[in-house]
Amino acid sequence: MSVMVGKETKLICQGFTGKTGTFHSKGAIEYGTKMVGGVNPRKAGETHLDLPVFGSVAEARDATGCNASVIYVPPPFAGEAIIEAVDAGIELVVAITEGIPVLDMVKVMERVRDSETQLIGPNCPGVITPGECKIGIMPGYIHKPGRVGVVSRSGTLTYEAVWQLTCLGIGQSTCVGIGGDPVNGTHFVDCLKAFEEDPDTDAVVMIGEIGGTAEEQAAEFIQSDMSKPVVGFVAGATAPPGKRMGHAGAIISGGKGTAPEKIAAMEAAGVRVSRSPSGIGAAMEESLREAGLLEACKS
Amino acid sequence: MKIHEYQAKELLRSAGLAVPSGHFCVSVDEAVAAYEALDTELCVVKAQIHAGGRGKAGGVKLVRSQDEAREAAEAILGATLVTHQTGPEGQEVRRLWVEEGSAIASEYYIGIVVDRETQQPVMMASSEGGVEIEKVAEETPELILKASYSPADGLSEEDAVRLASGIGIPEELVAEAVTFLTGLAKLFVEKDCSLAEINPLVTTEGGRVIALDAKVNFDSNGLFRQGELLELRDLDEEDPKEIEASKFDLNYIALDGSIGCMVNGAGLAMASMDVIQLYGGSPANFLDVGGGATKENVTAAFRILLSDEKVKAVLVNIFGGIMKCDVIASGIVAAVQEVQLSVPLVVRLEGTNVDEGRQILADSGLPIESAASLDEAAQKACAAIGVGGAA
Repeated sequence: MSVMVGKETKLICQGFTGKTGTFHSKGAIEYGTKMVGGVNPRKAGETHLDLPVFGSVAEARDATGCNASVIYVPPPFAGEAIIEAVDAGIELVVAITEGIPVLDMVKVMERVRDSETQLIGPNCPGVITPGECKIGIMPGYIHKPGRVGVVSRSGTLTYEAVWQLTCLGIGQSTCVGIGGDPVNGTHFVDCLKAFEEDPDTDAVVMIGEIGGTAEEQAAEFIQSDMSKPVVGFVAGATAPPGKRMGHAGAIISGGKGTAPEKIAAMEAAGVRVSRSPSGIGAAMEESLREAGLLEACKS
Repeated sequence: MKIHEYQAKELLRSAGLAVPSGHFCVSVDEAVAAYEALDTELCVVKAQIHAGGRGKAGGVKLVRSQDEAREAAEAILGATLVTHQTGPEGQEVRRLWVEEGSAIASEYYIGIVVDRETQQPVMMASSEGGVEIEKVAEETPELILKASYSPADGLSEEDAVRLASGIGIPEELVAEAVTFLTGLAKLFVEKDCSLAEINPLVTTEGGRVIALDAKVNFDSNGLFRQGELLELRDLDEEDPKEIEASKFDLNYIALDGSIGCMVNGAGLAMASMDVIQLYGGSPANFLDVGGGATKENVTAAFRILLSDEKVKAVLVNIFGGIMKCDVIASGIVAAVQEVQLSVPLVVRLEGTNVDEGRQILADSGLPIESAASLDEAAQKACAAIGVGGAA
C-alpha cells in the first residue's frame, strides 16, 4: 500500500506529445505506471506511444476513466492546463512545470480549493510509489519498495535522501515532491497526514528548505497529530537573506524563514533533524532502530 | 526583478496613483536643471540604487536652493552607498531622482505580497510609516492590518476603507486613500508584481495622499508577458557573474566563501553549500546547472566559477536522474581542458550511468579528485583549501 498513487492509478499526460511529456511518459510506462492516454487538442484522435491522444481532459476521462493527470505543459499555459484537469474532476493532478507565474497559481488554487482535486506541485519532481506507479521526472531505479514515506520541497535533494535510504536497505512507501514554489497545491501537512494514516508507512523523511513557514506548520502537526517517527533536514543554512536560492519559495525575507528557526521548530516537535544532508539515511536508520521498526523496514 | 524608485513611481503615475513630481537625472547639471524646473523651494535629491536604506547611507538629501541641489547631486552621484542591503562592498550611484518636497502631515506603510498562507495577494497597512516594517511586525504586530484579495476581483472597497481608516488616515482623506489602495492592488496583479511597497505613503498639509517612496519587484516567472518591463532592468545593479550565468540558463548567486560549487537542482545546491560549511569551509556561490545541462552549460559554469578570484577549490555535485553522469563527466573534462583549471577540483557523481561517468573522469588523466558521497566530496574540497574539522 501507499499514499496518493499506486497500482490503481490510471494516468493521463497533459503536454503528452511534446518533447518533455514524451520522454517522461516513456519512462513512466517502462516503470510500470498504468498510463492510459494523453491530451493535445491539435492531435486529438491520433496515437502517441501506442496510447490515444484526446482533445481535452474531459474527453480523456470519459474514454479512459483516468484518475490522475501529469502536466508538462510550458509555463504560460500550465495554469490553464491545471484548471482544465480540475474542472474535469481528475482526483490527482501532478504539475511538473517549472516557472508558472505566482499569480497564475493564485488563480489555480482558488479553483482547486473549491474542488475534490489534490494538486501536487507545480515545479516538483512528482510522486512515486516504488514498484507500482511513477508520476514525474525522478529516476525510478534509485527507489526501493518499502515502508518509509518521503516528502520534500526539493527535487535532486529528494533523490539524494532516497538513495541514502535505498543504499541502507530501507525502502520507501511513497515519495512526494511538493515543489519549490511559494504557492502550491500540496503541503507538508497534507503528506504527513496521509503517511500517518497509511498502515503501510512506518516512518517519514521530511526535507524542507529556507523560506516561508511550511516546516513550522509541519512541526505543529507532528507535535499534535503524529505517532510515527519523523526524520528531517532543512536545506539553506548557509543561504544569505534576500537572495532567492533557485526556487521561488526559497528566500529568507524580513528575517523570517531561516534554517535555524525551522530546525528548532522541528526538533521541538520530536523530529530527528540531520545537520548534514548526507546523514539523512543514517538518521532514519537510527530512528527506526530506536522505535524497534528497523527489522520491518530493512531488507 | 527589481527596478528603481523613479521607475516604480512612473508605473504608479501611469496607473493614476499620486506620486510627487520629479525628474530622472544622470548628471549634476541635470539635477540642477531639475530643481529649477520643479519650481518649488524644497526638493529632495535621491540616489537611485536597488537597495533600501539609502537615507541612512547619505543617499537622500533635502535641498532648498540651486546651490544646495548642486552640492547634493555632486555628493551623491558616483558615491558608493553601503546599506544593510548592499553588502559591505556597497553600490555605486549612477542615477538620481530629484523630486518636489512634500509637507508631510503623517506617514503610513502600505505593502502587497503574495501570502503563502492564504495563497492570495495580501495588502498590509500600518500607521507606522517610514520605519522598517519587519521591526513593526516583530514588536507591534497589532499595528499591521491585512486584507487578502482575489486577483480577479481586486481589493474590495470595503477592505480598502477598513485599512485606510484603521491606520488612522483622516476621515476627509479616506476616499482618496481608498482610490490609492485599490489602484495599487490592481497594479500589483496587472504587472505580475512580487512586491509593491509604499513606505511611506503620506498625507500632506495640503490634504493629499501621496507615495513618497515606492519599491516594486516583479515575479520573474511573469516577465514573459510583461515585455515592456524588461526595459526597466538595470544591469549595473546586478552582479556581472549572475548576468553571465543567466545567459546560459544557470542559476548563480555570488557568495563570500572560497569553495566554488556546481550542483544540479536548487535543493541539492543549497545542501551542498551547507555540508561544505559543516566541514569548516565556506561556499563561494550557489550554482544550479538545472536538469538539462549541456557541455556548453557546464563549460560556462566553470568559466564563471573560476572568474571569481576568491575561489580556491571547486566542488561538483551531480545527482543524475534525467541528466546522465557520463554526459556530465564528458562536459567536465572538456570544460577543464578549455578553461585551464588552476585550482583543485572535487567531483561527486551519482545516479544514472554513474560507472561510465566515473570512468571518463579517471581516464581523462586530469587532476580530478573523485568522491563517492556528498560527505566525502565536501571533506575533500575543504581539505584542498586547508580546512577540515569534524562535521
